[in-house]
Amino acid sequence: MPLVEFRDVHYEAGGKHILAGLNLTVESGETLVLLGRSGSGKTTALKMTNGMLFPTRGHVTVEGRPTTDWDAIRLKRRIGYVIQDVGLFPHFTVAENVGLVPKLEGWADGDVSGRVNALLASVGLPPAEYRERYPRQLSGGQRQRVGVARALAAEPPLLLFDEPFGALDPVTRLELQQQFLQLRREFQKTSIFVTHDVREALRLGTRIALLSHGRLAMVAEPAEFRKARSTEARAFLACLED
Amino acid sequence: MRSDLASEILQLTAEHLILVVSSMALAILIGVPLGIVLARQPALRRWVLGFAGIVQTIPGLAPFGFLIPIPLIGGIGKRTVIVSLVLYALLPILRNTFAGILSVDPAVCDSAVAMGMTPGQLLRMVQMPLAAQTILAGIRVATVTTIGTATIAAAIGGGGLGVFIFRGVASVDTMQILAGAVPAALIALSADGGLGWIERKVSPA
Repeated sequence: MPLVEFRDVHYEAGGKHILAGLNLTVESGETLVLLGRSGSGKTTALKMTNGMLFPTRGHVTVEGRPTTDWDAIRLKRRIGYVIQDVGLFPHFTVAENVGLVPKLEGWADGDVSGRVNALLASVGLPPAEYRERYPRQLSGGQRQRVGVARALAAEPPLLLFDEPFGALDPVTRLELQQQFLQLRREFQKTSIFVTHDVREALRLGTRIALLSHGRLAMVAEPAEFRKARSTEARAFLACLED
Repeated sequence: MRSDLASEILQLTAEHLILVVSSMALAILIGVPLGIVLARQPALRRWVLGFAGIVQTIPGLAPFGFLIPIPLIGGIGKRTVIVSLVLYALLPILRNTFAGILSVDPAVCDSAVAMGMTPGQLLRMVQMPLAAQTILAGIRVATVTTIGTATIAAAIGGGGLGVFIFRGVASVDTMQILAGAVPAALIALSADGGLGWIERKVSPA
C-alpha cells in the first residue's frame, strides 16, 4: 500500500484551479520530488499531505486513510515539515526548537534531551556547541540544519520539504543536499520534496513527478527523466545545459 | 497650612492612583483578550476598532458628560470616571495586541501549525511571547495617557489630583495647580520608565 495517495485531487482557490485532477502515489522509503514551475501546484499538493489544506474534490490518503478522516493534530505530528524560511522559534534555543514535537507528545525530559543531541550530531551541529544558541546566532545553512533536525525529532514516518534550500548560497545548498542524502541512508524515511531546481531533483529524487498546470505531466526515475521528450520536461532539462 | 496641604496631596495622589490602576486593570482585562479575538477574526476588526477610534476622538470632558445620565454606569462620581478611562485606554491596548500577534513571522506560525500545535498552544507558546513587547508598549502608552486624563475626573466629582488643578484654576492659585500637576507628572514619568523597563526585559532573548 502506498504511504500517500492522491486520487483525482482538485483544489480551487480565489476562482483559480490550482490542482486539476492530480493522481499520484508515494511509496514507502522513496524520495518523491515534485518538480514544476511556480504556480504549478507543488506546494499546494504538499500541504494537502499533512492536512494544512483539503481538496475541493477527490481525496488524499495517508497510511490508507483520507486526510479528512484523520485527527488534524495527530496527522501533523506524524509528518515532519521543512520550509524555505525555516520558521524556527526565535525565542527558543536550538535544543528547545528541536525538542518541540517530542515535548508536545509527552516524552520524558531525558529522552527528549538524548534525542536532540543525537539529531544535532546527525545534521552536523555538535550538540555541546549548538544546543543553547538562539536562531539569530546561526547562519542560514545552520538554521536549516536545525529545521531538518526538528522535523526528524518525533520519528515521523514521512517528511515534507518545501524548497528547503532555495534561499541558501549554492555552496551551502550543495552541502545540505549531501546532508539530506546522508540522513536518508541513516534514517530511511519517506520524503516528498518540492523544488523548481531540476539539478536538485535529479540529485535527490528516487522518482521525479513533474507537475504542470495542476496536473501530473509525468513521473519517472531520474535516469528516465533525463531522456524525457515532452515539452515541459525538456524545458527543465534545458536548464541543465551550462 | 503646609502639613494640611501635604496630607491632602497624599490623599488625592492615592485617590488618583486608585482611579488609574482600576481602570487600567479593566482595560487590560477587556482589551488584551479582545485583541486576541480580533487577530483571528478580521471581519470584526473594522467594527471594534472603529468604535474605539470614535471614543478616542471625543474631546476631554465630553465622555464624562455623556455618561452621567446613563443609569447603572453613569451618575456623578468615580464609577463614571472609571468607565470613561477604560474606554479611552482601550484603543492603544486593542491595536497593539492584535498588531503584535499579526506581526509574528508567518513562517514561524506556519511551522507551529504544521508541527501539530493546537490553536491554544500556538497562542500560548508562540504568539503571545513574541507579541509581548508590542502589547506592553500599548499598555504603557495607555497608562501614561490615563494618568493625564484622570485629572479631569475632578470635574465630575471623581476626586484625584485634578481637584487641585481645577481649584487652583478657579481661584487663580498657582500653588494649588502645581500641587496637582507636579505629582501627576511624576507618576506619569515613573509609569513610563517602569513599564519601559519591563518592556525591555520582555524582549525575546
